[in-house]
Amino acid sequence: MSSDNGMFGAQGTGDTSGYGGLVPTAASSGSSQRPYGSYFDSVTDDLERAYPDFADAIERVVVDRGELTLHIKVSRLVEVSMILRDKLKFEMCLGVSGVNYPDDKGRELHAVYPLLSMTNNQRIRLEVSVPDSHPHIPSLVEVWAGNNWNERETFDMFGIIFDGHPGLTRILMPDDWQGHPQRKDYALGGISVEYKGATTPAPDERRSYR
Amino acid sequence: MSTYTDPYAASRETTEGTVFSVTGGDWDSLVTEIGQAKEERVVVNMGPQHPSTHGVLRLVLELEGETVTEVRCGIGYLHTGIEKNIEYRNWTQGVTFVTRMDYLSPLFNEAAYCLGVEKLLGITNDVPERATVIRVLMMELNRISSHMVALGTGALELGALSPMIFCFREREKVLDIFELISGLRMNMAYIRPGGVQQDLPAGALAKIRATVKDLRHSFKDNENLLVGNSIWMKRTEGIGYLDLAGATTLGVTGPVLRSTGLPWDLRKMQPYCGYENYNFDVITADTCDVYGRFLIRVNELEQSLRIIEQAVDKLEKLEGAPVMVADKKIAWPAQLALGGDGLGNSLDHIREIMGTSMESLIHHFKLVTEGFRVPAGQVYTAIESPRGELGAHVVSDGGTRPFRVHFREPSFNNLQSTSAMCEGSMVADIIGAVASIDPVMGGVDR
Repeated sequence: MSSDNGMFGAQGTGDTSGYGGLVPTAASSGSSQRPYGSYFDSVTDDLERAYPDFADAIERVVVDRGELTLHIKVSRLVEVSMILRDKLKFEMCLGVSGVNYPDDKGRELHAVYPLLSMTNNQRIRLEVSVPDSHPHIPSLVEVWAGNNWNERETFDMFGIIFDGHPGLTRILMPDDWQGHPQRKDYALGGISVEYKGATTPAPDERRSYR
Repeated sequence: MSTYTDPYAASRETTEGTVFSVTGGDWDSLVTEIGQAKEERVVVNMGPQHPSTHGVLRLVLELEGETVTEVRCGIGYLHTGIEKNIEYRNWTQGVTFVTRMDYLSPLFNEAAYCLGVEKLLGITNDVPERATVIRVLMMELNRISSHMVALGTGALELGALSPMIFCFREREKVLDIFELISGLRMNMAYIRPGGVQQDLPAGALAKIRATVKDLRHSFKDNENLLVGNSIWMKRTEGIGYLDLAGATTLGVTGPVLRSTGLPWDLRKMQPYCGYENYNFDVITADTCDVYGRFLIRVNELEQSLRIIEQAVDKLEKLEGAPVMVADKKIAWPAQLALGGDGLGNSLDHIREIMGTSMESLIHHFKLVTEGFRVPAGQVYTAIESPRGELGAHVVSDGGTRPFRVHFREPSFNNLQSTSAMCEGSMVADIIGAVASIDPVMGGVDR
């Protein structure tokens, strides 16, 4: 994960006061071991049975804080989603949330899909990651039509290109906007505003929040 | 083309065809000119500044006569960058941001976010019971105030003025309670990671009891105005049809999903904040239309009142119990008390940090300026907001500020179903359909 400067310029840790001397702990990148607990074992078993390529497609299975995350190879995302929807009854996808990990080299952009099965009253999460240099993820709109706007939002905010999306355009920012605001390299503020000739200084010339 | 320039309906030629700018007033020349046009198809921009689009929502309508052939939503006019800003503030300050997303249900935003932060911290079970009950109490009061706006403005947009006046009157009573308890009527940042900002003031429970009685009586006024009203039913029955298959594939939740007959309510199905300890019913309808959603909201009011009464009973037994987690490394150090110059830090606390304990001062300073650390990881917490599943995807890198907070807003997803509900219907029915989704643009755009 990233290391940030303090709110008042302290270097190294996320310690805003500068006196803590604490270092952020890196997120664990390992897989969880069985048994996962709760219904997570049965969900993964069912998926393995319904999807023969499970071992190849699923990079990691992480159970953390009572939630199951399946890390999936980008190329297999649509296949796995179809199986999850049709065979495992995950009828609803609750959108896609992008996360930018600039320090996770080669997989800077993550897309996280929370799934809900109303039939079985279960929740799982899919996660895929792509490099900044090739931010392409297949669209899941054909699996869950409701992901349409969510993918547009994630494209708008992170620049992840969802291949096969029926109309991948910006949704929240203006169409001619430059850059993708939620990426970590996009500074907060500094957007010039037309107001009675007033100007906004560039982000690096203003009081820093980091 | 017209022979004179109409100041109210000027037209100009573009590559897309003739564009008319209609600002109200004289419609005659517009009608004449459209009548002369070769093309039958008319594209109309409804909004973003339109009194019946529920905020700054832009609907691009393709019309043939009065029939809508295509609806596209234009959103983003209220984008405030809350999810970006939150990454530059500490975890506690984040509450102040998320409360402003869906401004009609601020307490739900706060609750979803705080439940996420608590889950990351691993203190979900350490939150004191009194705080949890107060959260439920406040959320259900908020559900009433939110439904009051949904019902009031929904009726107003379809031309019924009196329900709006009644609904806003009732909403005001709920906002008075919010003001009494938190000091603010909206965007109160009252629910904090670890508990709530402060305990209920003296006399709050008595006031809530009196208000519940009052509301239960006044809700009848509204019911009598609209339930079974033949004009209202003609405007709402069979309008904005969306069935269960459509709702699930579009990710639609809340009253719109329950109007398809599925009793899906997270308070019952995946209880949080101890909802399993309250008696209430999940209201459904099987009509899949605007009238069904209207009835669901009307009947959910009574269920919320029931939960509030049970919460008040519980709170009376929990008098004096803590409302913030005991861990002093997380609990906000301020001990609020009412002084001669208004609400502020208690004199006892000031005396301790300024006069007697250097460590307390350091602790206070560190927690306020830097905030607490949250172990790295990600969680998704979902609660049932008045509009459906409100989910918070909260990611921490182990620091004192959120690494990423994404809100799965029910308004955002539900609004997507506008096209499915409205295409093929009449122009006038769009208003009813959008009102029945009850989108709040602050939540849609964030």
